[in-house]
Amino acid sequence: MAVIDLANPTRFINFVNRALPWFAAATAIAFAFGLVLTMNAPDDYQQGATVKIMYIHVPTAWLSMMCWGVMSVAALGTLVWRHPLADVAGKAAAPIGTAFTFICLITGSLWGRPTWGTYWVWDARLTSMLVLFLLYLGMLALYWTAEDPGRGSRAAAILALVGAINIPIIKFSVEYWNTLHQPASLFRKGGSAIDPSILWPLLIMALAFTLLFFTLHFAAMRNEILRRRVRTMQMMQAQELAGAQT
Amino acid sequence: MNLGPHADFIFASYAVTVFVIAALVGWVVLDYAAQRRVLGDLEERGVTRRSQRKGDA
Repeated sequence: MAVIDLANPTRFINFVNRALPWFAAATAIAFAFGLVLTMNAPDDYQQGATVKIMYIHVPTAWLSMMCWGVMSVAALGTLVWRHPLADVAGKAAAPIGTAFTFICLITGSLWGRPTWGTYWVWDARLTSMLVLFLLYLGMLALYWTAEDPGRGSRAAAILALVGAINIPIIKFSVEYWNTLHQPASLFRKGGSAIDPSILWPLLIMALAFTLLFFTLHFAAMRNEILRRRVRTMQMMQAQELAGAQT
Repeated sequence: MNLGPHADFIFASYAVTVFVIAALVGWVVLDYAAQRRVLGDLEERGVTRRSQRKGDA
């Protein structure tokens, strides 16, 4: 089956029904492996055992940005090609991105207290992540409270594209501004600054969270397609009832 | 495994993560069951989508 065939909702549901158990199993295996590596990883020479918070904070930070990237691509599909599956993808991704951003903010705060001596500072990185969280809440509000789903979807797609400006701001905030948050340690000029004994558990946990994202996203997309079918059928039933009464 | 003097912060971080992910998984699973149930009810009452009607014809 070609990838383009998956643009058909029924074919996509068939694909999800077949692929979801494999994605769920791969996610569970990756988390089991990653958590064993995390437990056995050495403490940081400065931060001690609190470095273990990094194994959930950093992957959720990456995924909160990647998820907005997915929504931005979906927004293009909604606005330019008006493809219903693109809108489904954007709507299904919003709650997952909100959850990952929430985890990132909470774990970052819990990591900050023993490391920096404070739960929160209004520096560029932390503030731009908070803005991302608020943008996610805006997306949820547009998708779930609009009376006309079509209008809500277009508004959400525009917000996704406008909000994408925040992603490079988050990424480069630690380079362009003087922040309490440390600069990039992995994706930087000169290669990773992290010792392999800490880097590998981090990469495996990042893989596990990425697999979790796709597992949840596919499942949520399937739910959304079914929800739209229910809505269509309920409207048809209401029309038939109205026709029978007249 | 000795988590040192800041063990509470580490436990709290993992607990929040487990709780939020469990809530997310629970929402996806329960939502699927709910949509399937409503679709089943509608189909039992004879309501079908237009594409299915074309297939029947």
